[in-house]
Amino acid sequence: MSKRVFVTGIGIISGIGRNVEENLQAIRQKKSGIGKIKYLNTNHKDTIPASEVKLSNDELMDWYGLDKKQPYTRATLLGLIAAHEAVQKAQIKDIRQYRTGLISGTTVGGMDKSEHFYKDLLTTDKHIQYIETHDCGDSTEKIADFLGVKDFVSTTSTACSSAANSILLGSRMIKNNLLDRVIAGGTESLTKYHLNGFNTLMILDREPCKPFDENRKGLNLGEGAAFLVIESEDVVKTTGKKVLCELTGYGNSCEAFHQTASTPEGKGAYMAMKEALDRSGLKPEQIDYINAHGTGTENNDLSEGRAIEKLFGDNIPKISSTKAFTGHTTSGAGGIEAVLSVLAITHNLIFPNLNFSEQMKELNFRPVTELLENIKVDHVLSNSFGFGGNNSALIFSRY
Amino acid sequence: MEVYIKGIGNISPQHTTDNSKFLDEVINHEHDFLSCIEPNYKEFISPIQLRRMSKLIKMGISASKMSLRDAGIDNPGAIITGTGLGLVGDTEKFLNQVIDSNEEFLAPTAFIQSTHNTISGQVAIALKCFNYNNTYSHRGFSFESALLDAMLLINDNDAENALVGGFDEITPEHHSIIKKTRWVKNEKIKSIDLLQQKTQGTIVGEGVIFFTLTGKEEPGTYAIIKNIKTIYKPENHQEIESKIEQFLAENGLTKDEIDLVVLGVNGNIDTDDIYYHLADNFFDTNYAYFKHLSGDYHTAGSFGMWLAAQAIKHQKVPETARFKKESFTDKPIKNVLVYNHFRNIDHSLYLLTQ
Repeated sequence: MSKRVFVTGIGIISGIGRNVEENLQAIRQKKSGIGKIKYLNTNHKDTIPASEVKLSNDELMDWYGLDKKQPYTRATLLGLIAAHEAVQKAQIKDIRQYRTGLISGTTVGGMDKSEHFYKDLLTTDKHIQYIETHDCGDSTEKIADFLGVKDFVSTTSTACSSAANSILLGSRMIKNNLLDRVIAGGTESLTKYHLNGFNTLMILDREPCKPFDENRKGLNLGEGAAFLVIESEDVVKTTGKKVLCELTGYGNSCEAFHQTASTPEGKGAYMAMKEALDRSGLKPEQIDYINAHGTGTENNDLSEGRAIEKLFGDNIPKISSTKAFTGHTTSGAGGIEAVLSVLAITHNLIFPNLNFSEQMKELNFRPVTELLENIKVDHVLSNSFGFGGNNSALIFSRY
Repeated sequence: MEVYIKGIGNISPQHTTDNSKFLDEVINHEHDFLSCIEPNYKEFISPIQLRRMSKLIKMGISASKMSLRDAGIDNPGAIITGTGLGLVGDTEKFLNQVIDSNEEFLAPTAFIQSTHNTISGQVAIALKCFNYNNTYSHRGFSFESALLDAMLLINDNDAENALVGGFDEITPEHHSIIKKTRWVKNEKIKSIDLLQQKTQGTIVGEGVIFFTLTGKEEPGTYAIIKNIKTIYKPENHQEIESKIEQFLAENGLTKDEIDLVVLGVNGNIDTDDIYYHLADNFFDTNYAYFKHLSGDYHTAGSFGMWLAAQAIKHQKVPETARFKKESFTDKPIKNVLVYNHFRNIDHSLYLLTQ
């Protein structure tokens, strides 16, 4: 359990861009991906905004030259593209050279196709190739096959903390010498199923979301995928490859309070962050930036904010939520925000929290609202909290 | 990596909730699929809560409490579950509402309960357990990933013990859909005769099993889980054979030292040949099988592991679970290997010892 784990590659596709460079550029330009729904065929198109990846499934398949006769769900396509970018950026030429795993997080899985074809699947013999794309494992296996990953595949499904938990398991498997490297992250496409689900919970803002704002009205959903390539110390030393940063801490705990809400004091959030910090051996004041879960719901931002205040006291690091850029990409969020956390370190950046105007009455801090450049960012804490009280936190550190 | 099985809660299509019994009476299912025998939930859940819960949540909470009670542990160091399809009933309910009502006037309950981590979250709430909590949903590696996670946690001293569960449910609606694939038998059969039917597909079942695992041996331990391994899309029988040999060697054993091999054979002529091959040409020992008792489902490997643990604890394999009955010999059961695969994609090995 002494081995260190390094991030050597990142890949991302989201509502603000098709790759790492586009995402970074959009953030620099304060360009949000949230807007009118175009690709998802829903009756809420005109009333509920979301951050969609700005390419149709056909366009995604054309881009990657995929066989359109094969049943690809949108989560598979997004995940495949982001994971492929991460592998390329990690300069992996031969995926079989080292023991390599793929761990992806998804919750909605292949629901986009299931909901589209469901009545046909019940009453006819049409579209039956989509019966086997429904489950969460389908996207992971298709991505693994595309990349040639064979040594380990798995899928986490803890709603909005899924991708963070993938990175967590991947890290532990490397530390235990079960794998040499892992492509870990998550993927989620927008579906009518969870758009309507979140809508019934009355936590969707009809306007662009305002994380940590006194007048926040809820979240905007998004879609996307992002993966890290994490590798063992041995592989990094042997290959002499460039390291982007080190994964120094992780924490996972359960709120055990309510299926869809967190305690006002943020007990689970506090425990996950505390565990990550303890594991990293860092002092709270060493954290330069918190990429918050910050969904923009009344409940999350209050409990997360209070948990941060409890852990950091008077010494609160710079904080922002990037969800006003990407939307809340649910199972993809932990991956997308892990990639952004890595970029904060490699580019010495702290990202703005868009749409903020008024500080929350209950909290003593305001998020960062302008892009901060050339700033010291050595340690970043990234939070991911999900339904079921599944809270996870990751810490990335300069190497 | 080894951990000890200290408690079991098994709700299945057989009488499996009393751990002192081991398949004493077998139920032969003749419906399209095998449904669980539901326990008396009132023993585990208050009547007010019961009304709000769907069947799988009730089974999940009951099985987890059975397991912890069996182990004498109140609050586990971790709760980790695996499920192939999650809460199918709640998912269907909300999905049909979304489609039928044209995305209007929807109630949130079914949606809230339909995420795959509902069971691990609900069990945590029922136990007031704030510790590590995770859920895996990856076909034939769902339960296996959960088990691996728990073994790592205990091995790394991140948890003293862990509650690990596998769950899947089958509904008439979902069965009507998957019957259209080549993975489910079209003809009606008696579950007990699963292997007599030399046809395509299998029979679908369901089950919820929670194991309480600990890092140290205590009185009442069922068995030791030495190790677990997953094999993704093996190219041929040779690859499976060599991975088995390698796995056993890594754990200080040879195939001749295996007293019992529990096989996931499921009656599908398309994908069963590897099981027959291993039993006829690779091992020379006793064999057991279980999918005629449980049906097949994504987390059925957990039922195989239950069978292995009970065989070690009771030092016997019930007649009904013996495979290659004619050559079954009486001998002590010390080392047991479970080999199961999901549609010849996700193959898994579990090694248990006394």
